[in-house]
Amino acid sequence: MNELLIEMKNLSRVFRRDGVEIQVLRDINLRVFSSDFISLMGPSGSGKSTLLNIIAGIDRPSGGELRVLDADLISMNEDQLAGWRNRHVGFVFQHFNLIPVLTAFGNVELPLLLTPLSKKERREHVMTALNLVGLTDRADHYPRQLSGGQEQRVAIARAIVTDPTFILADEPTGDLDAESAEEVLKVLAGLNDQFQKTIVLVTHDPRAAAYAHIRHYLDKGVLIQKEHAPLSVT
Amino acid sequence: MIPLRYNIGSLWVRRTGTMMAVLGIGLTVSIVVTMMELVHGLESTFVDTGQEDNLIVIRQGGLNEVNSYFGRDVYPTVRFLPGIAKGADGEPLVVGEAIVIINHTRDNGQPSNMLVRGTSAMGFYLRPEVRIVEGRRFRPGLREVNVSRSLSNRFQNLKLGDSIRMSRSDWKVVGIFDAGGTAYDSELWASYEEICQDWDRAFYSSILLKAESAEAAESIRKRIADDQRIHLQAVPQRKYYQEQTSASVGIKGLGYFIAVVMGIGASFAAMNMMYGAVMSRSKEVATLRSLGFRRRHILASFMMESILVGLAGGILGCLLALPIHGVSTGTASFQSLSEILFNFRITPEILFKGLLFATLVGALGGFLPARRAARMRLMDIMKE
Repeated sequence: MNELLIEMKNLSRVFRRDGVEIQVLRDINLRVFSSDFISLMGPSGSGKSTLLNIIAGIDRPSGGELRVLDADLISMNEDQLAGWRNRHVGFVFQHFNLIPVLTAFGNVELPLLLTPLSKKERREHVMTALNLVGLTDRADHYPRQLSGGQEQRVAIARAIVTDPTFILADEPTGDLDAESAEEVLKVLAGLNDQFQKTIVLVTHDPRAAAYAHIRHYLDKGVLIQKEHAPLSVT
Repeated sequence: MIPLRYNIGSLWVRRTGTMMAVLGIGLTVSIVVTMMELVHGLESTFVDTGQEDNLIVIRQGGLNEVNSYFGRDVYPTVRFLPGIAKGADGEPLVVGEAIVIINHTRDNGQPSNMLVRGTSAMGFYLRPEVRIVEGRRFRPGLREVNVSRSLSNRFQNLKLGDSIRMSRSDWKVVGIFDAGGTAYDSELWASYEEICQDWDRAFYSSILLKAESAEAAESIRKRIADDQRIHLQAVPQRKYYQEQTSASVGIKGLGYFIAVVMGIGASFAAMNMMYGAVMSRSKEVATLRSLGFRRRHILASFMMESILVGLAGGILGCLLALPIHGVSTGTASFQSLSEILFNFRITPEILFKGLLFATLVGALGGFLPARRAARMRLMDIMKE
């Protein structure tokens, strides 16, 4: 039986801007188990990224219950959340968010600098991560010397280098052409298949969502549909 | 910790702004270091002056030789005190001297006061740091003077062979001396007797003597202080000159004032650059925070970046200030009412202080921007 990693009960998120309340998430009930590969789909403004940010401890819900890895994220302060993220979360951003002045190696090594690993051990971990995304030969390249797809694969290597509990990917193919997008999605799918990594993928793209085993649809902050789907990418 | 190469790389990416901030801090540091060189040079002039076991005898209550004045009758009392060292000829190593001030014109046409010391061959003997480097010593009775090389280079008609009008006579420059950067480098020396004659005064400003030992020097000092007839005081020669360093107090105060004002200005230059860096790298801050780096890591990283800029400015400033080392200059002493000549002197300690100052400027300039970066709400930056 897979372990329950994330549980949301009647979770809501309300933003207040200029005295106006905007309900971004409403009565969200969601359970994510270890080894799940789920996608969150929906139009812009539907609350997908907000939901992802709440799972990552970047944003806080306005109401409801949230337990992630049995931790009460709501009661943690910013620094505790930062440490928690380092141990459990691998983030993949739409715009890759690589540090431009660091090489692929330097970027992937970043999260390891917060661990007690030795320099040699860090090197081994980084090279393993780069190997998993097929970029060992690009370790010394700077982001500007890589294609978009390669940049995102470096970002995935950075996300997995600490062996996190789950990977959160926010529109990881949004800035990529079809070919590069497919490369990236295959890497994510491979991590789920071979290493049983739990992945939460936020996307607009049905082709990307098709890689997930469970697809959730959000509209105006409400989870409206859930599909269990076999991998059917054409 | 966020690696230092991240900061170095980021500074290089924004190199124009970085260079401007480094230049601003560098110029400030160069001025501050130059001020420290100046003060150190001035203080060293006094601190380095004097021989062990030499005592200067001046009037009780007098601050220095210039405002000390006493009659010739007390000279024998001092000269034959027990404990005074004797020369090869058996004579006590004592010299009575007169100090007068003349006004003369510098090479740049500006008038200034100079100290003229009436002394004798014993004066040279008791001050081995004073060496004739050109010409010869003055001879009594011929209205001749010896001039320090610093004065000779700075004032009119003080080259070897020149004549200078002092009091009622023309005095010929027959020798140039080098006093090794001590206070005597700001003096003219002539025969004591002739100075008294031309100034129509039979007096002493001071008596310089050499004691047989440190214990003897202390004994002589006490005897002179206790002798109610002569109203004199004896001060160890080195201590006497160290106490004259008050000439540097004003310059030092001005130097610190300039350093503080310019340091604040340079901090703003660093601050401006760092605010730009923080604003343009909010996405990187968000990335680092999402990877698990804490607020204090972000604060330390941006602080380090600003300190690096400060240090680079510090190195530049020290390099700019180095060529000033050894350059000769002068200032007016309110104690002797005359010009003191000295050299700018740089030391490893001054360079270290310059770098420390630059680091402080960098840290001050970087603190607020770094705090801003550390306080950014991750959620807000992610939305951007």
